[in-house]
Amino acid sequence: MKDTPLSNCERDFLLKAIEEKKRLDGRQTYDYRKIKITFGTDYGCCFVDLGQTRVMAQVSCELVAPKESRPNEGIMFFNLELSPMASPAFEQGRQSELSVKLNRQLERCLRNSKCIDTESLCVVSGEKVWQIRVDVHTLNNDGNLMDAASIAAISALCHFRRPDVGIQGESVTVYSPEERDPIPLSIYHMPISVSFAFFQQGTYLLVDPCEREERVMDGLLMIAMNKHREICSIQSSGGIMLLKEQ
Amino acid sequence: MAGLELLTDQGYRLDGRKATELRKVQARMGVFAQADGSAYLEQGNTKALAVIYGPHEMRGSRSRALHDRAVINCQYSMATFSTAERKRRPHGDRKSTEMSLHLKQTFEAAVMTQLFPRSQIDIYVKILQSDGGNYSVCVNAATLAVIDAGIPMRDYVCACTVGFVDETPLADLCYAEESGGVSSLALALLPRGGQIALVQMDARLHQDHLETLIEAAMTACKGVSKVLDEVVRQHLQEASVLSRE
Repeated sequence: MKDTPLSNCERDFLLKAIEEKKRLDGRQTYDYRKIKITFGTDYGCCFVDLGQTRVMAQVSCELVAPKESRPNEGIMFFNLELSPMASPAFEQGRQSELSVKLNRQLERCLRNSKCIDTESLCVVSGEKVWQIRVDVHTLNNDGNLMDAASIAAISALCHFRRPDVGIQGESVTVYSPEERDPIPLSIYHMPISVSFAFFQQGTYLLVDPCEREERVMDGLLMIAMNKHREICSIQSSGGIMLLKEQ
Repeated sequence: MAGLELLTDQGYRLDGRKATELRKVQARMGVFAQADGSAYLEQGNTKALAVIYGPHEMRGSRSRALHDRAVINCQYSMATFSTAERKRRPHGDRKSTEMSLHLKQTFEAAVMTQLFPRSQIDIYVKILQSDGGNYSVCVNAATLAVIDAGIPMRDYVCACTVGFVDETPLADLCYAEESGGVSSLALALLPRGGQIALVQMDARLHQDHLETLIEAAMTACKGVSKVLDEVVRQHLQEASVLSRE
């Protein structure tokens, strides 16, 4: 189903309000919405509420054969699903542009920054490694899915416990949670992404756009950082920006 | 990767370049006769071919036509023989779609689309040999192709990938440097106004180094723009000589 188009008067109203440094929900330009993180009963299940945007992440693991080029490293697989539950514009058949964009950004933010120690996921080098799969589902879209998804993914990864393995010679036994306590993943750092929306060719800038603001924005800049003041990923999309806007 | 020194003490890289040196750029415009615009660009060992069709009437869904601007449609693909291991899926996988989206975004910012309402411009880019800096080479090739097609643009779009090793920024990364876990930043720039059309960075980089890296990227892009300018002027000279006879 196609999205209802934004009317011109609504667009003008939003742009004028931004020029006067006012936002629809009364926030300041650098304010975030209220973030609430809840964990489910399973290990690795996490719900994140960013204002009205609601996202769920689930981590699961299984033993697979590793890639030929990296025989002693585990595999991380990310998948972000835009379900029609989140917004009438999202359709069931995926691969829309937005879904590809968000998926790639999430992958680059978490996988390329090497926040998880993949070598510790190796069980038998060249034969069996753990494949960690992170599935993120969007439950309600009120803007800024990227930040909510990154928070959900990293919280779920921290919460997740994988089953313990024992190796006796050639055979590998996977212990169930009753036999031995499951062990957490080794996480080096937690990258969190922050989104900035630009309006009027870069003159105005807002943090954490809600859905209406996302529709009128010119461009979006996503920066992922961790608490050691390291930047994990930068991605800009949309119109032109000037240098000093960093 | 231990044992592979990306920057020696004397300041030389794997292929003998200095830290801020770009690879050799060779380009030709007007390679295909029947396309509206085409260009072939080599940057070191990375070779890309760009072809432009347009502006023409919207094909496919008329409803997607914008009433005041042209729609830019990009497709990025890699030849199966372009990488060391044969690629099984040249287009349709996520990385290619992401690249196509980035190219589309870059050119929407640079091309004056308001002059062609309700029409469509197609940009097809193919990588023939991939040795690092895929995105930058595609952008540079596509810029030349757009100029060859005669579509008005605000400025040349030049792109470059820079990396950061041992406190020094390296300009124009090759494949070995990119896969060595170096933090890399890809930047597409409109040189005259200093406006950034797209910036994309992977891997960890300390916040303080960001400024130096962006500065290095902008200088590298300005170098690329000089080379592209030369190519365009030379092509025009040749074309005018031919048409005079």
